[in-house]
Amino acid sequence: MADNEFLGNVGGRTLSKPPTPGDIFFDKSFRFLTRAFTWATIFLLAFIVYKIGGKALPAFPDLGIKFLFTSVWNSSENVYGILPQIWGTIYSSFLALILGGFFGITIAIFITQDFLPYKVEFALKNIIELLAAIPSVVYGLWGIYVLVPLIRPLANFLHEYLGWIPFFSTRLSGLGLLPAVLVLSIMILPTVAAISQDAFKAIPHKTKEAAFGMGTTRWEAILRVMLPTASGGIFGALVLGFGRALGETMALAMLVGSMSTLTLSFFAPADTIAALLANTFPEANVGLETGALMYAACVLLLITLIVNIAGAVIVTKATPGGDRR
Amino acid sequence: MKFKSLFNVALSAAVAASFMIAGSATAGETKITGAGASFPAPIYSEWFKDLAQKTNGEIKVDYQSIGSGSGIKNFIAHTVDFGASDAAMKQSEIDQVPEGVQLLPMTAGEIVIAYNLPGIDGIKLPRSVYPEIFLGKITKWNDAKIADANPGLTLPDTPITVVVRSDKSGTTFGFTGHLSAISSDFKSTVGQGKMVQWPGTNMVKGKKNDGVSSAIRQTPGAIGYTEYGFAKLNKLPMACLENKAGKFVCPGPEGGAAALANAVLPENMIVFINDPEGDASYPIATFTWMLFYKKNKDADTAAALRKMVEYCLDDGQKIADKAGYIPLPESVVKKVREASKNIQ
Repeated sequence: MADNEFLGNVGGRTLSKPPTPGDIFFDKSFRFLTRAFTWATIFLLAFIVYKIGGKALPAFPDLGIKFLFTSVWNSSENVYGILPQIWGTIYSSFLALILGGFFGITIAIFITQDFLPYKVEFALKNIIELLAAIPSVVYGLWGIYVLVPLIRPLANFLHEYLGWIPFFSTRLSGLGLLPAVLVLSIMILPTVAAISQDAFKAIPHKTKEAAFGMGTTRWEAILRVMLPTASGGIFGALVLGFGRALGETMALAMLVGSMSTLTLSFFAPADTIAALLANTFPEANVGLETGALMYAACVLLLITLIVNIAGAVIVTKATPGGDRR
Repeated sequence: MKFKSLFNVALSAAVAASFMIAGSATAGETKITGAGASFPAPIYSEWFKDLAQKTNGEIKVDYQSIGSGSGIKNFIAHTVDFGASDAAMKQSEIDQVPEGVQLLPMTAGEIVIAYNLPGIDGIKLPRSVYPEIFLGKITKWNDAKIADANPGLTLPDTPITVVVRSDKSGTTFGFTGHLSAISSDFKSTVGQGKMVQWPGTNMVKGKKNDGVSSAIRQTPGAIGYTEYGFAKLNKLPMACLENKAGKFVCPGPEGGAAALANAVLPENMIVFINDPEGDASYPIATFTWMLFYKKNKDADTAAALRKMVEYCLDDGQKIADKAGYIPLPESVVKKVREASKNIQ
């Protein structure tokens, strides 16, 4: 670097100085540190995959690919299959995403689109973010003691009168998919709401002014202009929320009912991979059962990875100027 | 007096130990770590607190309630000084410990069938009926088989929801052992295990004893098995069960003690009382064991362990009843005390 790049030539006097050796040292070490930590993160993930995969590998020849397509988990006969758990994981997360996503995005619109005085907006935003600070055990207990008795009458009413619809085909006895999904949707709500708010706030104010200038009503501006413009960020929020739902463990282990059944019904007990791990791992037999659990963990990791990659690809493709994101 | 001299021996041993073991906190303190079964964990922690007080902090026991299976695993891996298990130890597991294993039953518990039917207390379940409920064959509370045994009660037509454990557990092991003993149908279709394949479609699973208890409490029409202490704590109504002698016995300390009184402990101290004799016996009772090495890492640890066992057998049994466990009968205590001499 030539010196004159740093010299602002104002009337023969220089305003700027070349960087001192200290500056250069600081700059270099900062760059080195950021690079090192980035690599460390990647290395950590690789190490986790290596460790889990390494433990899953010995079980692979015994369990094979049919592990993914059978439904029996029997440790006394060493027969393992996680089809119901895979289904339960995706199904519960998907339902939670629909609910949590809908409310999260509407909350983001409500907070960012000048419906509220600034102070109320600020308070509301923080209250919603507080939801993320509640431990998952508390959500589980709340689900058992508050939510279940609350939704049971409605659920059983739906089953009685609309039982021919597959979604309502069983009674809700207590634990089951619906309470799990409701709690899950509340848990992902802060994530979705916060990131969607950022997406809305990132839109330059001029965009909205232009929309109003063209004669749109408030709702037309929000639905036709703001929402599509923020869609990339909102989609990113949904992907993150989905990822969070896939991996949620404790609340689900407490609420989902842990039955290895394939079901469409919202009211039937189901199971998820994370709940299976939480329930079975502490007492698992050394050998094939531990291997099978590691295998299941790999499957969960893979599902999350696919969701995130697909999400990233769609965000880039769908956002106007998405390459900048 | 004998107790006192043992105390002195342990005291001096502990003092000596503190000089030998690097990193020992204060003089005269022996630290013991144990891990295993969660079912006796409440009473164990009470015992160990009391023991530390009575010995002025000379014996400190750190017990981690991580489950029977993990307890055995840690015991085999020598990461603890003693283990604890509701399902004792299998011979194959004992063989993995070169020093030799001494199992000692420490307390016992009843497994109860708790249910949730508002306004209906003390339901009676004959031994031909409750295995069928857990097989998913009886699905309504007003089923004729249940109603016949309970002429005084008006049973609702609520569907039965069976609550079982989602994790592996010694409680499931004891309960399925009992059901297998009294029902050949149950034995052939389900069998005994820490985790079994429940055949019913009207089931949900709860995590650990407290998960099952809370699921029962929150589900009208639910029935499930749990340890007596947990059902009592959650104030769940418990069914009175028909025992081998054909008498209905409700859960409680008397029925439990009667069941244990008939147990005959073999040399290795492992006995499962799957279907006790006697008119007053409550039918589902299980011992829970502590697992010790016959040869310990040093003499002081062994002395402290023996002292701990002596405390549990003596003062410990007196609070068992209050804590929801069954005190060991005198004959069993005598045998266990004798066997504890093998801890060297």
